[in-house]
Amino acid sequence: MAVSFAALVAAGAALAPAPGAAQEPLRIEITEGVIEPMPIAIPAFAADGGSSTYAQEIRQVVVDDLAGSGLFRVIDQSAYLAGAGSVDARPDFENWRVINAEALGVSEAALTEDGRLQVRFQLWDVFGAKPLGDGLGLRAAPGDARRIGHKIADAIHLALTGEPGYFDSRVAFVAESGPKNARQKRIAVMDQDGANLRYITDGGALVLSPQFSPAGDSLVYISWGTGAPKVVYQDLRGGGSEVLGSFPSMSFSPKFSPDGGSVLMSLTDGANTDIYSMSLSSRQISRLTSGPAIETSPDYSPDGSQIVFESDAGGNPQLYVMSASGGAPRRISFGEGAYGTPVWSPRGDLIAFTKQLGGRFHVGVMRTDGSNERLLTASFLDEGPTWSPNGRVLMFFRESPGANGAPQIWRVDANGRNLRRAPTPGAASDPSWSPLLP
Amino acid sequence: MTVLKPLAALLLVAGLAACSTDVDENSTGVDPNASGYGAGQLDPSSVEYFNQSIGDRVFFATDSSLLDAAAQATLRAQADWLRQNPARTASIEGHADERGTREYNLALGARRAAAARSFLIGEGIDASRLRMVTYGKERPDALCSNESCWSQNRRSVTVIAGGPIS
Repeated sequence: MAVSFAALVAAGAALAPAPGAAQEPLRIEITEGVIEPMPIAIPAFAADGGSSTYAQEIRQVVVDDLAGSGLFRVIDQSAYLAGAGSVDARPDFENWRVINAEALGVSEAALTEDGRLQVRFQLWDVFGAKPLGDGLGLRAAPGDARRIGHKIADAIHLALTGEPGYFDSRVAFVAESGPKNARQKRIAVMDQDGANLRYITDGGALVLSPQFSPAGDSLVYISWGTGAPKVVYQDLRGGGSEVLGSFPSMSFSPKFSPDGGSVLMSLTDGANTDIYSMSLSSRQISRLTSGPAIETSPDYSPDGSQIVFESDAGGNPQLYVMSASGGAPRRISFGEGAYGTPVWSPRGDLIAFTKQLGGRFHVGVMRTDGSNERLLTASFLDEGPTWSPNGRVLMFFRESPGANGAPQIWRVDANGRNLRRAPTPGAASDPSWSPLLP
Repeated sequence: MTVLKPLAALLLVAGLAACSTDVDENSTGVDPNASGYGAGQLDPSSVEYFNQSIGDRVFFATDSSLLDAAAQATLRAQADWLRQNPARTASIEGHADERGTREYNLALGARRAAAARSFLIGEGIDASRLRMVTYGKERPDALCSNESCWSQNRRSVTVIAGGPIS
């Protein structure tokens, strides 16, 4: 009955494509199939004199975020037949239907008396002739203008896909410079679009593997500052940094628990490497794997109940899942080649990994039971995926071969589409995507 | 240091010459092979001698930390040198080639450093003289991206530190 009802609606829509007649919500379905980016109009903001420069920058952030996602096509402003008008006014939808804009984002900006930037935003379904969502009112220091743009883009993503976006987020990474055999490496943090770069370490010590805390306000990474690799905790709110643990073992491969209260890491004991968990409050460590094989690159499931990691217990590196308290691991990767650096999607549905096969490296995804493996990329060296906060996009690093080879950070949608380079000022590796900022 | 060492070497040579039953009267008194101070020769107690004449590194097969016959011979010679230079300590650095992930290669480098260190301990070197550090694939020695370089980068390097107070 429901099926025939839907069919009747579709037939009616085909017979009478009158404005406002469509009953389906305006929605992009993020699937594995190829989709046509949704055409959207983002006219220049209505802005008072004091805010107009900021308004232009914010609009450009919105446009770049939307276009970069591959889900939207922002129609060029030169095609617009009208300006936006006020956020409170009902748009003249015919002006936007003519240019085939399916959605219209209207914004206005003003500087408040205390010097803060105030932006209001409303999204409209052009052919449905109705508002999408309740709109946004944002107020921030002018220095945070770009974050206002990311918030607007995230609101558009949510309204049109039904899922949170990932635009107001940051990426920690390793900034690299110098020759291949003496490369200087620094921990750096930038907005996900490359803006607001800042260096966290000075390059005096070799550093690798930055990881954002779930709250986004601290990092763990490894540093050779004491001579051998050690996991370091770094406060990003102006606090200091400290080596985690006073044990003699080398420690590496750190990863926060979903509640931020503990850190997984690999410790070496002679030739053996195993996975441990350290409580950040008590600094107690508990051993989670044993046996003579290499166990490393752990990551929690989003609910904190399980850990995926890599082990060469079976001869070459493969992926395993175990309880968060340790215990018997279950192998989940069975394909040819070697698997490493597994990371659990924030949505819980997929595990992304690095795969080495036949002289090439790939970033791929599989279900958490190991089924439905799909390789998304291929090159001389693709390594180290990290998930966007909404679990739809992966960043990883790709290194070119040879004496002058150097890494760059790339991103790809989890369905394999929209491969593109992430903007960093120089060579860059080991990306870690933060959660959405508050 | 630079003054004391040649003096000590000369005294050693003089002692040897005095004991010899076959002293060449025309000899200058300095045997370059014995003293290590002829042109192009190195003081056998020097780090340079260790690095160049004994060999500071051993090599591994892909994904392996097994010490082959050549590696064992080098490590035996390293152990001899460390026995003869008891004030020296060493850091055993484990490395991997670029064909693996960073995190796995850190563990693999540790495994290689541990293999070399265990061998030296088995040869009688006190464990407290031998530190261990992994660099994974972060410090390649040869820079090309084919097996001719990778085989040089899958290595354990014994880096000598410490020594007589100078």
